[in-house]
Formats: sequence, structure tokens, C-alpha cells
Amino acid sequence: MDLNLLSRVSAYEWHIPQKGTMRVPGIIYGDEALIRDMDLKVYEQVVNVATLPGIVQASFAMPDAHWGYGFPIGGVAAFDPQQGGVVSAGGVGFDISCGVRALYTGLRADDITPVNEKLADLLFAQVPAGVGSTGRLHLKPKEMDDMLAGGAQWAVQRGYGTAKDLSHIEEHGCMTGAKPAYVSDQAKKRQQDEMGTLGSGNHYLEIQEVVETFHDPLSEKLGIHSGDILVSIHCGSRGLGHQIGTEYLKKMVVAASQYGITLPDRELACAPIDSPLGQEYLGAMRAAINCALANREIVTHLVRQAFSEIFPQTSLPLLYDVSHNTCKMEEHQIGGRSRRVFVHRKGATRAFGPGHAAIPPDLQAFGQPVLIGGTMGTASYLLVGTKEGMDLAYGSACHGAGRRMSRHQATRQWKGQRVIQELAAHGILIRSPSARGVAEEAPGAYKDVTAVVDAAEQAHLARKVAKMRPLICIKG
Amino acid sequence: MGIRGFGITKPQAFEQAAVALTAVVTDPRQVDTQMERHFTCDAPDDELLLVDWLNALIYEMACGHMVFGRFDVTITDHHLSAIAHGEPVVRMKHEPAVEIKGATYTELAVRQMEGNGWVAQCVVDV
Repeated sequence: MDLNLLSRVSAYEWHIPQKGTMRVPGIIYGDEALIRDMDLKVYEQVVNVATLPGIVQASFAMPDAHWGYGFPIGGVAAFDPQQGGVVSAGGVGFDISCGVRALYTGLRADDITPVNEKLADLLFAQVPAGVGSTGRLHLKPKEMDDMLAGGAQWAVQRGYGTAKDLSHIEEHGCMTGAKPAYVSDQAKKRQQDEMGTLGSGNHYLEIQEVVETFHDPLSEKLGIHSGDILVSIHCGSRGLGHQIGTEYLKKMVVAASQYGITLPDRELACAPIDSPLGQEYLGAMRAAINCALANREIVTHLVRQAFSEIFPQTSLPLLYDVSHNTCKMEEHQIGGRSRRVFVHRKGATRAFGPGHAAIPPDLQAFGQPVLIGGTMGTASYLLVGTKEGMDLAYGSACHGAGRRMSRHQATRQWKGQRVIQELAAHGILIRSPSARGVAEEAPGAYKDVTAVVDAAEQAHLARKVAKMRPLICIKG
Repeated sequence: MGIRGFGITKPQAFEQAAVALTAVVTDPRQVDTQMERHFTCDAPDDELLLVDWLNALIYEMACGHMVFGRFDVTITDHHLSAIAHGEPVVRMKHEPAVEIKGATYTELAVRQMEGNGWVAQCVVDV
């Protein structure tokens, strides 16, 4: 991106001045190198989002922003229903509530080394991953609706996961306002055999070792020490979310003119929050959030089963569960007063600061945990939200490394088996049903996650707690 | 990931876009075309019709666990009817790389090229 297009506010904050049909300015967080590396499409998409009705304050992009569909990946925007604000199916995307959770294991790296092959095989056998994989659960129509209304709470009631998990999941594991009736039969059919599956692409299950901690005693208080082993799970609402995104995107594209909305990009399809279509989408999208929360809870149960075969004493308590692709109604201080707005986070993580009521009591003092997934060859990070971040971008932070090259480019540069061998030489075991999928996800295909996380911290969006490196990666 | 189909006619461009869709998942040359699935789509314009067509295939790939290697498409006004030829996905044979979530409106275009032929393209989310 040409820096001349931007106004530099600080080393980590860059503004796009309001012009033309923009209703608010654009704000991009990141250091100079990250911004230069961003595609010009990110600039265009931040500007396009800024033209949508009812947008408040600014159209934001996180340090990992890259070219997305309508919104940039890493885009954050809030809309006020009192000012004709919209909800955008494109602003949430297809992989609704795709997210990451981390589990404590109570184990150390030395515990894993002697059994790493066995553990990798067990996890690969236990957790369905890859294209067309199905879970052991087949949901009948009534069960499907109960799951869509209940989220992780439904899963726990069914014996997957524990009640203790729920307080460490956004929305306590159940998104209120979900309306299963607004989810089509096609979407439900697409999901009926996919509960408890990872999916494919960038989704994964990793066993990670903490290799560095920051800001002691913060990491200490969160129970994180160098050498600790964590489990990280990255997956979403699977086929149901994809189908809801597909269907409502089209409905909103077709209906836009009825609502007098001019779309600079069809992918920004949206409807007024208070319109019947806006309310239907919110009901369906919230049901998809519950589907994702239930899915991650079931996968967690499967992981615990696999661990118990080798480490019967471990319980794998949940550290935290974050969602990436959502639209949520939240209260924020804007212009000196509290306003109820609908915050879209597209490939961005909620990162509420210390003291926020949405954070469970045992984490109140630290801020909400933020889990940043890296690649299967580099690192992931644990951060926490900050008080300053609440005023910067509605308590939001980055979500991952962001792709540096396309999947097609990656397959021309790497072969899956070779990637697996090279990672094994560095002590990282990969299990995947697809060698080509591994090549497409090669670590070199992604940006430097450390640079992204450092920029997020320097911009005061979130604060680093720990860096983890992968030991075992189950890749979808 | 971007997909693009070229054809002498618009239906041929839609057919080739569908072949490109399969190529996102697996090598279309590895797909036996013994089985048929029938599709119909209606949309207000050609571009939305392309998205509907691709999403209908994506849905059948997801729910029917199918992969397709050959397509016969006819388009009248903005009504599409098609037969997709393929087989159930077999992991060992097709080594499917990635699941397609949906066809997007990004880089979406259906247009007649200068000279002869048509192009039908969009980005699909994986």
C-alpha cells in the first residue's frame, strides 16, 4: 500500500481521511512495514466500508489486514441502528464465528516428547478433519434447533465438555437472540453430520509449547509458564455458517435497492438492522455462532478423550474461547456517551479490556484473553485486551498472521510431503488427510505473525502474554 | 481463490468455471463422470446466476459428498439448467485439498470478450 494515501498519526496508527461518499474516516493499525506490505485492496475495502449507512466513528483495519470479500479480513466496523445502521452478511462472512480456543494441559514439554507420535495419531484418529469428514453425531431436526439455540451450553447438556468451560467462552457459550427458524433447511442439512469436525483450509488442532512469556507477573497469574503445554483448536460453524452466509448475502444484494442502499461492492451486501431482513439475518447469524461454539465444545471433548488415553490424570480446563467472524450488539463509549452499536469483526478478535462485564470474574483483572493463531511452523500468541483498546477499535485486535501468498502460489512453491518432512526435522509433527492442503498452508505462505502481534501491542490494542510453538498439528 | 472459465458461448464459460471450481478441490482429470446430478437456477442477472450455479455445486459437493469433472449447461435468459457429471469423493483417490465455503461477489464478472468468447469468473472462499 502506498503510504502517501494515508495520514500518519503515530508509528502504529494511520488514517484515511474522509472524502467522497465516505461517512467516516478509515483507521489502519500497524507498523510501516506491515502497512507497506498490505494490498491496495485493503485500502479500497476500508474506504468502501466507510460508506455504509449508519457507520460510527471509523472503518478500522487490524495489523493483519488483507484483501477479503467486501470487508477486509481484519476489518472492524460498528453501526448504530438509531442512525439507519446496517448489518452486513458480507461483513461477517461465510465462516461465521470461526474462532480459536486454548486448553491448559498441566503438562510440560518433557511429558509430550516420549509419546508425541502416539498422541498425534490418537488425535488424528479421534477428531474428524479435512474435506467431507463427518462427526459421530447425526442431528435430527429438533436436536439441530436445540443446538442452534443453545450453543456450547447445549453441548455440555449432551455430555460434551464441562459446565466449567462455559464461563470462559464468549457469551458464556450461548449467543442470545439466535433464531433457528431463520436458518434454512438447506443450511441445517449441510450441518447435520458435521458437528465435532475441524473442517479444512486454515483450521487446525495443535499441541503447543509455551516458549516465551511476557509482562510477568501477568503470564504467571494466568497460569502460563515457559515449557507448559497448551492445546489450541481453530474451527467454526462449518457448513451451516457457510450456507447462511451464502443465502443471506444474496438476499441482501437483491434487497439493497429496496432499502435505498447503494453498494460500492456487492460483497458488502447489507440491510438496515431494524428491517425484517436485518433481523432475520441477525437471528440466523447468532444461531451460526451457537453452532460454532457447540462445535468447538464437542471437538474439545474429543481431544480430552484422546489425552485421557495417555495422560489419565489430565482434565484440560479451558483457558478461553474467542470468535472471529461475528456481528454483536455492544455498548461502547463513543463521543463521550454510551451507545448501543452492532460491531462487525471480520477476521478480527474481540479483545475487551480489564474490568469489562463480559469477562469472567477470574479474568476481570487481566482483560479478555486473545488467541492469535500463527502457522504450523512458526508460532501462536496469547494476549489480553487493554483499557486503551476499548477506545481505539471497540475492544478489538488482530486474529492471525494473514496470508502472504495465494494457495495456488503456495502449491507451486512447496510440496506437502516435503513440508511435513521439514517440519518433522524441527520437531513438529503434522497429521493431515491432504498433502496438497499442507502445501497450501505452508508456513512460508503466511506473513510474520510476530510482527503482527508486536504491532497490535505497540498500538495498544492488546498486550502480549505468551508465545507458543507448535509440537503437533492436526490439519484439516 | 479466484476461478475463471472461458468459452465460445456463455454456457461454455459457466461450464469451465465449474471445472475450475473442481480444480480448487482436486484434479478434475481424476474425476470419473459416471454419475449425474441435475441443477436449475434463476437469478436477476448473469453475474448472480453464476454465483447461484457455483453455490448449487458447492452445496451438492458438501451434502452429497460429490466431485464433478464434466458439465453440460444451457442458459435461457437468466435461467440455467445443467447436468454435472461426477462421482462420490474418495479421499485416497482425490486427495481433496480444501472445502469450498461459498462463491463470493468479489471479482465477479460474466462478460463477452473483445472478439470472440465469454469469460465467467469470481473468487470462492475456502
